[in-house]
This record gives sequence, structure tokens and C-alpha cells, in this order.
Amino acid sequence: MKSIEELSEIRQRTLEEIKLRKDRNYTGKEKHVLVCGGTGCTSSHSMEIIKRLEEKIKEKNIQNVRVVRTGCFGLCARGPIIVVRPEDTFYAMAKVEDVDEIVEKHLVGGEIVERLLCKDIDGTAVKSLDDLNFYKKQHRVVLKNCGLIDPENIDEYIAFDGYKALEKVLTSMTPEEVIKEVSDSGLRGRGGAGFPTGRKWEFAKNSVADQKYVACNADEGDPGAFMDRSVLEGDPHSIVEAMAIAAYAIGATKGYVYVRAEYPIAVKRLQIAIDQAQEYGLLGKNIMGKGFEFDLEIRLGAGAFVCGEETALMESVEGKRGEPRPRPPFPAVKGLFGKPTLLNNVETYANITQIILNGASWFASIGTEKSKGTKVFALGGNINNVGLVEVPMGITLREIVYDIGGGIPNGRKFKAAQTGGPSGGCIPEEHLDTPIDYESLIAIGSMMGSGGLIIMDDSTCMVNLARFFLDFTVDESCGKCPPCRIGTKRMLEILEKMVAGKGQVGDVEKLEKLALNIKRSSLCGLGQTAPNPVLSTIRYFREEYDAHIKEKRCPSGECKAMTKVMIDKEKCKGCSACSRKCPVNAIQGELKQPFEIDQDKCIKCGVCIATCPFKAISRV
Amino acid sequence: MCEGCNCNDERLEKIKEVIKECNGDKSQLIHVLNEVQELYGYIPTYVQKVISEELDIPMAEIYGVITFYSRFSLEPKGKYNVSVCLGTACYVKGSQGVLDKVKEILGIDVGQVTKDGKFSIESTRCVGACGLAPVMTVNSDVYGNMDPSKVKEILAKYE
Repeated sequence: MKSIEELSEIRQRTLEEIKLRKDRNYTGKEKHVLVCGGTGCTSSHSMEIIKRLEEKIKEKNIQNVRVVRTGCFGLCARGPIIVVRPEDTFYAMAKVEDVDEIVEKHLVGGEIVERLLCKDIDGTAVKSLDDLNFYKKQHRVVLKNCGLIDPENIDEYIAFDGYKALEKVLTSMTPEEVIKEVSDSGLRGRGGAGFPTGRKWEFAKNSVADQKYVACNADEGDPGAFMDRSVLEGDPHSIVEAMAIAAYAIGATKGYVYVRAEYPIAVKRLQIAIDQAQEYGLLGKNIMGKGFEFDLEIRLGAGAFVCGEETALMESVEGKRGEPRPRPPFPAVKGLFGKPTLLNNVETYANITQIILNGASWFASIGTEKSKGTKVFALGGNINNVGLVEVPMGITLREIVYDIGGGIPNGRKFKAAQTGGPSGGCIPEEHLDTPIDYESLIAIGSMMGSGGLIIMDDSTCMVNLARFFLDFTVDESCGKCPPCRIGTKRMLEILEKMVAGKGQVGDVEKLEKLALNIKRSSLCGLGQTAPNPVLSTIRYFREEYDAHIKEKRCPSGECKAMTKVMIDKEKCKGCSACSRKCPVNAIQGELKQPFEIDQDKCIKCGVCIATCPFKAISRV
Repeated sequence: MCEGCNCNDERLEKIKEVIKECNGDKSQLIHVLNEVQELYGYIPTYVQKVISEELDIPMAEIYGVITFYSRFSLEPKGKYNVSVCLGTACYVKGSQGVLDKVKEILGIDVGQVTKDGKFSIESTRCVGACGLAPVMTVNSDVYGNMDPSKVKEILAKYE
């Protein structure tokens, strides 16, 4: 076990070694090469890059350079990402073959490899990470250590004030004071619903029992969301520390982190963090010699979206089918194994250490009146800068899409943004200037959600999008309560009819009626929110529903059943390029004569449209 | 490969060890099943029986848990499991077209295995590599920025 003095000694010693990563005025000879080891960059071979860097540095016998595998930098679209500090050179989309040049030219020669520099949307190469428009409007609180420290090295976490909040709590604060600090900060649950975190802690504290639990919801099931994963991959100790603080505040001695098994890197790093914390005596009995006991265990999910719901999660932690329980009793009274349980989301916990260290008023100074702090979004879909962003509450969607996200690719137009995934709603162009906070998003029929933010361009059919989400909820409905199990299925059937060109007048009204009843009568959050994507697309894109039903036409051309692929005889030069590419041999014709598509054979895949050099083929 | 006769089954020994570490804690069932799925690629009935006896959980309950979670499967998968992400980020970037192409080339549907046992197809909901959308994986190899025209070449690597 390490004493507070020993921890402080580790902090100072390690900070001395790694502070150059933050210090832009550092004049020493050391260099740190930070390589992203998040899931996105690992998938594009960042681990091989690290290996090659290390080999090459050894081969060249370079003494003053350290290679560090970090968590996510956020700009996943340009991965794998390599950043050289202290000069902050940002290399994007690097390949293993590029490593030698980086080592020889940059690390040995001190000259930046211009061709590998990250380019901004306008094509200009930026030298420093801070110069990139993507980062300018971001405010990193939750992600402060991601892309900065080695997540598998506890000393590096300790160096940047790690476990200092726990020390402060154990040495100078009562549980009541901790809860007051969290309450005063105005922090609200980042899982999506936005319940005040301090109140939740208070409820759990006020429950009397011989055993209490703290739990962390890391079952990030919303497709297209990867905020929690990135925190666990890039800064796992921040969750371990925050859960210990929560346990101290409510009087728990045992904690569980429920993580999706689909996140192997996150699970591995969290386990390493727990092991290290145990070794340092930051978990276990008599923590920091202050008589406080707390231990942490990982429980893996197995691919069920409903397990993100708090009571279903608890069933699953107990090793059962993840079916939600009726509430009340609420988890703060009767949760895991029938004992009072405090459950927070990963991102909520990730704010705690900062609130304790910097004070409630510091946190409350960020954001809007009712939504304090920052929010992490996983920006995806039809947007240039796909990646992870952290913004102060109150920023507008327009700023996220255009200033940070770099706008819509391929010259297309913004159509809508989806927040809250299958539980949320879409936000159309007219509401792009809505501030991002809990209340404003609810008011326009969407929700904050856990942080998935999918951008759609004008090629997306909103009726089909609603069908897509319903297909998801039907698949993921646990089946326990009939409104969700049967109701969502009925809604899906109507939507499937519509996209197949068989919609009938009155279907939209049927959808609305079903939606309302499902929302009202479902047992848990999954069913209560499942109709939201349908309702919000009807609200903002009613004309698309009408076009599908009355004109049997899909305005965006996505619903293939309603489109025909035609060759414009005037433009066709008879080159046969399309007929050679057609996967079903539906295109016939004589060379140098206009070709024709056999509509019975055509599967409307669109390969010919992309192939035609004269742009003679289109959907009508 | 030893199916069902339980003789010298190294994998089963490994699973028995995993169960032993649970110290009779029934809440570890999902953890044990995850290990079995990982090791065998599916959860064979005879392994379920072993778990049932060792952890003292009825077979029906174990079956209930297995069928509830999408990660668990009762049937073996192909040697190469091709998985196309249908998460929202991949979907709006056209992953359905990629999946359709895989189905067409392999001649099987989602959840099926080719006759030679070589390939199986599965659709997933987000592997978390949204920056690379649309994404396809073959076992643990990840292929990002997919489009239907790339499918054939990739599958050929595993023939």
C-alpha cells in the first residue's frame, strides 16, 4: 500500500518526466511520440505503427524519445493519429511505411514531415493540434487525459492530479460535504435522462442497509456512440477514482462496472487500472491508511441493448436475463442483490474528480443555467470530421456540425441530426441554432441522450430512418411487457409497408396513436422512448411520409422499391461500362447505341450510376 | 475437435477452471458463458450441462440466458465469421449494401453458415469504429471505409 506521501512523491517524479506533453514552452531535449491506441486507430493498425516506431528508435539508437500509446484524440476520421510533443506536431492517417520517414526526418533531423501533417477541411496543413478547427471550440473536462497519458500506467494518471480528489475527500471532507459539492455543481446524469447526480447520491446515502453498492453503467448500446468506450480506453483510472469517491459518499464498500463485451480494449484497460489501484492500495481495505474500504469488479454484458436500462443492468450483473424490474422500488432503495445501489454512467463519473478538485462553482461556471459542464458527443454519419468531441453545454448544433465537424462531405446538404439514438429524435435544419442543453432538446422533440450524434445528408430518407430505428428496437425489446414487444412490432410493420411503396392513407395517424400508447404503457425506458424517432420524423418530415403514401415516391431516392434506374438515351454513348459492372446482367445493348435496363431484373443497387462516365444513368 | 464425448477436452478443462474461480457465485453465469463462447465459438449443450451441475443452475435458466443475449449462440459459426456493422453511423453510410453483397457472394443469409463450414455472416450493431464507417470485420480483422465493390476481393483472401 502506498501512503499519501509516497503517492505525492510518485506524482512529482512522474510529472517531471511527462510534463513536456502539456508544456509548449519546454526547451529540453526530450520528445514524446503519442500514438492513439483507441479502437478506431487500432483498427487502422496503430499498434503496428507503435511497434515499428520502437524498433526504428532502437535501431537508430535515439536516446531522448519515448513512444507512448494513449487513448483517443477524438479526430477518428483521420486515424491513425501520431502527435509529437512538445512541439505538438499532428500527423494524420499515417501508415506503417511512413514511420521510418518520421523517425529519420523528424526525430533525428528535427524537420517536420510536411506530407503527413493533418489537413484541415479547407486543405491547409496544420502544424499543431491546437490549430485545427476541430479542437478550437472544444472544452475538455471529461476527456482531459485522453490522448495525453498512457492509460495502462497509473503513475502517469497520478502525475496529472490523479487520485488527488480521492485524497482530498478522505482527508478533509465528510460524505455530506462530498454530496453537497456534487449537488452544487449542477451535474446531471450523462446517460441521457439528465437526473441531478447529487440528488441520486443523496437518495442512496439515505437508504439504510448493511451493504450498499455503487455501479457504473458502461453498457453503451446506442449504435454510433462511443463516448464511454473512449473514456475507459483513454482514462480508466478516472472512473475507478470517481467510483471510490461515490462509495465513500454513500457508504458502499463494493462496486461493479458493467461493460459491453464488445469493447475488449476498454475491458482490458479497466482491468489493468483496477489491478494497479489494488496494488497501490487505492482499492481494497484501509485506503490511503484512512480506514476506508472499497473494491471494484468488472461484469461483462453480452450484447443486449436493454441492459443499458438501470434495472435490467442489475439483473444482468446478477447473471440473469436482462429484463427490467418494475419501479418503485428504485435502485437507491433496492438495487443490486436487493441492496441500495447507486448507478451512474461512465461520463457522469468522469466529471466527479474535476468537481472535487476544482470546486462546484468552477463546474457550474461552464454551460447554461440548467445544464452545467460539458457534454461528450460521438459525431458520426455524413460529416467530415467523424470523431469524439467534448463541448460546453449551450453550444449550438450548427457550431458542432460546421465549425467542429467541418460540415457535410461530398457537397451534400445537411438534412437532420439524430441525438439519443433509438430513444431520441431528429433535429432538422430549422433548429440548427438550438442550444445543446437538456431542456432545449426535449422542447424540439429530441433529447440529449448519451451522446450519439449522427448527421444525415439529403440522401437519407427519413421514413426509412424511422424504420431502421424501429427495426433496432423490435430486435432489442426484451419481450417482458406487451406494449413494447407487440406495439413496436406493429409500428415496424406499418413502416415496412411504407418503404415498400404499399403505405395507405391513415397509416401516419395509426403510427401516432400506437406511439402514444406504447410510450404511456411500457415498463421501462426502452419502450417508453422507442417511438420517439418515428414521432420526430413525422413532426419534421411529414411531407416525406405523405410522398411515400400518396405518390408512392421516395423524395430522397433511398427507398429502392419506389425508384427506377433509367438510362438517359440522349446522354448514353453506348460504351458498355455499365453493363459490364451490373451484378445481375440487367443492362443490355449494342456498342455505340444507347443501352437499356431490364426493370424486371434490376435490383436497383446503383453500381451502374456510379460507373457511367457520362452521368447518363439516374434514379427516377 | 471433440464434440460431445467429453474425452480429453482441453477446452472443457479450461472452462471448469473458470467455473471453479467463481466459487459457486451464480451471478458469474454470464462471465462463464462469455468464456465458453470465446473458446468454442458457440455454447454446446454438453458444456451447458457441466455449467448447470457445477454452478447449480437449472439447464432451462441457462438456456434462457443464452438465448437472451445476442453474443451467445447455440450453433457453431463458420471458420471465418463475416460481420457487417449496421449501427447508425455505418448504416447512413451504406453498410446495408455491403451486407447484401456479402450475402450474394457467399450465397447464405445472416446467421447462416456456408456448407463447407468456412464462412458465416452476422450483422452487428456498432463495433465502435464509427470513424471508419462503413465497417466490416472478418473474425478480428477490421475493414473500414467499405463499399460493395471491395467485398469480393476481401473474402477471396480467406478462401
